[in-house]
Amino acid sequence: MSILTFKGGVHPNEGKELSKAKAIKKLLPEGDVIIPLSQHIGAPAKACIAVGDKVLVGQKIGEAAGFISANVHSSVSGTVKKIEPHLVAGGNMVECVVIENDGQYEECLLEIKEYEEMTREEKREAIKEAGIVGMGGAGFPTNVKLSPKNDDEIEYVIVNGAECEPYLTSDYRRMIEEPEVLIQGLKMVLSLFDNAKGIIAVEDNKLDAVIMLKKLVRKEDKIDVKAVYTKYPQGGERALINAITGRSVNSSMLPADVGCIVSNVDTIFAIHNVLKNHKPLISRVVTVSGDDIVEPGNFLVPIGTNMQQVIDAAGGYKAEPEKVISGGPMMGISVFTTDYPVTKGTSALLVFKRDEVSAYESSPCINCGKCLSVCPGRVMPSRLADYAEHGDVESFVANYGMECCECGCCSYICPAKRNLTQSIKSMRKDVLASRKK
Amino acid sequence: MSDLLKVSSNPHVRDKNTTSSIMLDVIIALIPATIFGIYNAGDNALYTIALILVTVGSCVLFEFIYQKGMKQKVTISDMSAAVTGLLLALNLPSTFPIWMAVIGAAFAIIVVKQVFGGLGQNFMNPALGARCFLFLSFSSYMTNFVYDGVSGATPLYILKTTGEVDSLRDMFIGNISGTIGETSVIALLIGAVYLLAKKVIDFRIPLAYLATFSIFILIFGEKQLDFEYLLAHLCGGGLMLGAFYMATDYVTSPITPWGRVVFGVLLGILTGIFRVFGANAEGVSFAIIFSNLLVPQIEKITRPRPFGYVHMKKKKEGK
Repeated sequence: MSILTFKGGVHPNEGKELSKAKAIKKLLPEGDVIIPLSQHIGAPAKACIAVGDKVLVGQKIGEAAGFISANVHSSVSGTVKKIEPHLVAGGNMVECVVIENDGQYEECLLEIKEYEEMTREEKREAIKEAGIVGMGGAGFPTNVKLSPKNDDEIEYVIVNGAECEPYLTSDYRRMIEEPEVLIQGLKMVLSLFDNAKGIIAVEDNKLDAVIMLKKLVRKEDKIDVKAVYTKYPQGGERALINAITGRSVNSSMLPADVGCIVSNVDTIFAIHNVLKNHKPLISRVVTVSGDDIVEPGNFLVPIGTNMQQVIDAAGGYKAEPEKVISGGPMMGISVFTTDYPVTKGTSALLVFKRDEVSAYESSPCINCGKCLSVCPGRVMPSRLADYAEHGDVESFVANYGMECCECGCCSYICPAKRNLTQSIKSMRKDVLASRKK
Repeated sequence: MSDLLKVSSNPHVRDKNTTSSIMLDVIIALIPATIFGIYNAGDNALYTIALILVTVGSCVLFEFIYQKGMKQKVTISDMSAAVTGLLLALNLPSTFPIWMAVIGAAFAIIVVKQVFGGLGQNFMNPALGARCFLFLSFSSYMTNFVYDGVSGATPLYILKTTGEVDSLRDMFIGNISGTIGETSVIALLIGAVYLLAKKVIDFRIPLAYLATFSIFILIFGEKQLDFEYLLAHLCGGGLMLGAFYMATDYVTSPITPWGRVVFGVLLGILTGIFRVFGANAEGVSFAIIFSNLLVPQIEKITRPRPFGYVHMKKKKEGK
C-alpha cells in the first residue's frame, strides 16, 4: 500500500505524548459564561433573548442572521445578565451574551423528529438549528457545507481525523473513546448523499485509532478508514483531499467541486448529537497542553467557559507563562490574556514557558527556496512576502498570492526566520477586504 | 504590563535551522577539501594555512568594516562572509601572494556583495566574482601551480593541450596540481554527501550540471565518446568544487525547482564550451558567474504552477 500524502509540508515536533493518554474529562463552568454571537464565518447571530430572561441548557440565544451564519445556544441554565461586546481570542470585539450560571443545568431539547423519520431536508434543517459549524477552526456553517449544488456529485465524505497540528489530541481522544459514535455520525452524513463513500482519514502516528476504527467498519461497505502520512498540514482540507483522492482544489474552488466534503471529527460528533439526542452544539473537546501545564489533558468544555478556568482544570501553570495559544502551534492564535471565552472553534489551549518566536530576529532572505519546497499551495512564499511588504498588490495577486492557505509552513522552515506567513496573511486580508467593497 | 502574554502571528514554532547553521554546514562540508589542500601543499603547508586564514579573516573583517562604516547592523555572525572567504581561498593556488588574496577578499565582500545590498542581494557569487577578478588582474600568480615542489601545468591543461589523460586515480584522490581546494574529488564528494544529506543543497543543480557537461564532452570533446577522457574532465579543474559548492549558492541560483534544472543545464553547456573551445583550460568560474546573471530570467520562466492549477491547465492544453 502506498502512503497517502501530499507534496510539501513540514515535520514540527509533535508534542502529542503530553496529552495523548489522558481521557476526556467533563468540565462544568463556574460563574458567568460569556457566549459570543459570532463563533463562525459569516454574519453574527442576532440575540433572541433579552437581559433578565431565564435560559435553559441548549436554549437558542442567538438566531442565524443570513445564509452563512449559525445559531448560538446557551451552555448553562441561568439568567441573561448582559448582552455586550467582549474581546474574543481572535482579538476583535464581538457581541456576547453573558449568562449567570445557576448551576442547575436544566436542559431543553430541540424540537425535531426522530432520526429515522427525517427527510434529508429535515436533517439539514436540524443541523442548521443546532448551530453546528466546522470545529477545526474555520467555523464554516455545516449545513451550508452539507448542501452542495448537486447531492449526487458527492463521491467522498472525508472525516478529517488527521489532527496534524502538534500537541492536539482532542480528535484522537474522541476517536478512540467513542469510535462507534463517530461511525454512526458519519453514516448520518452519508445518508444525505446517495453516491458518497465515507472515509475516515487518520495520520499514521495514531495507528491504534486506525486499527480500532478499521475493525469497526469491516462490515460497512460504504465506509473505509485510511492511514495518511504524518506531516503538517496533512489535515488541511486541500492536502487531505489530495492525499485521499489525488484530486486538487485551489482557492477558487470548493471541495464539492471535486466531489468531496471534508468534516472535522468533533463536527461529526456534534451532528450525531443533534440527530440522535436532539442536543445543539454547546460544548467541545479542548486539549490543554504545552510545557508549562502541570497536568496536560483533554476536556469537554461548555462553550463560553473562561479559558483560565480550563487551564486551571489542567492543574494550572508550572511557572509564569510567556505564551498562550488558542489552537495549535502552527495556525493557532496567540492571546495576550486568558480572559476569553472558549468558542466552537477552540481546539486547544497551549501554554508555553518561553516564546521562541519573539526570541528570533528576522534576517535577510538568502533565497534558499525552502519555503517554496514546503509550500502545499506551491506558491513562492519568499517572493509573495516581498510583494506584501512593499504593498505591491498587483504582483502579489499575479503570483498567486491568493492561493496561500496560511498554514505557516514557510515561516516554520525559513532559516532567516522571516515572518513570511504573517506578511502574506495580512496582504491576503487586505485583498479580500477590497474585493468585498 | 508584565501580566500580559506575548503575542505573535502564526506559526508559533520554528525549525532549528538558521542562516548561520546552514553556513556552518557549508564550512563543515569544506573541511575535508581544505585539509587535503593543506596536505597537498607539501612543504608549503604552513604558508597555505596562513593564506586560508588571512583570506577568511579579511572577508569577515571587510564585512565588519563596511557595515560599521555604513552604520548598518553588523551581520558577520551569520558566517556568510566566512564561507565566501573559505571558498575564495580554496580557489587560489597555494603559492598565491597573501596581499593579493586580501584584495580579492575586498572585491568579493565590498564590490560584489555589500554594494548590492549585502547578503541575499548580490547577483553574483562573491567568491567566484573575486576569483575571476584576480584571474584577470594577476593571471600569472593565479595559474602558478606548484605540486611536489615543482611548478607545472594542471592535468586539465595537459588534457586540453595534448589530449593526454593523467592518472585518473591521482585525479580522483587529488594527488595533482591545482588550486588549494579543487584537486581532491573524493574530499569534495564527502562534503557534498554531507550537504545533500542535511538538505542544505538541492541535488538538482549539481546533477543537471554534471549530466549536461558529460553529454557535452562526449559529443563535442576532443575525444568523442571516450569515457576516460570524460572522467578526466569531470575530475579535473574546479568542476566538483563549482558544481556542489558554488553553483548551489542560494543567493545566486534560482529558487524554483525547474529553474535549478535549467540553471544546471546552462552551466553544463557553458562550462563545456569554455573548456573545449575557449582559450583557457578552465571554464567553471566563468560559466557560473555568467549563469548567475540569468537567474532572474530563469526564475521567471520556471515559476511553479500553484496547487490545484495543474489539472485545469492540462485540460485546457488538451494534454
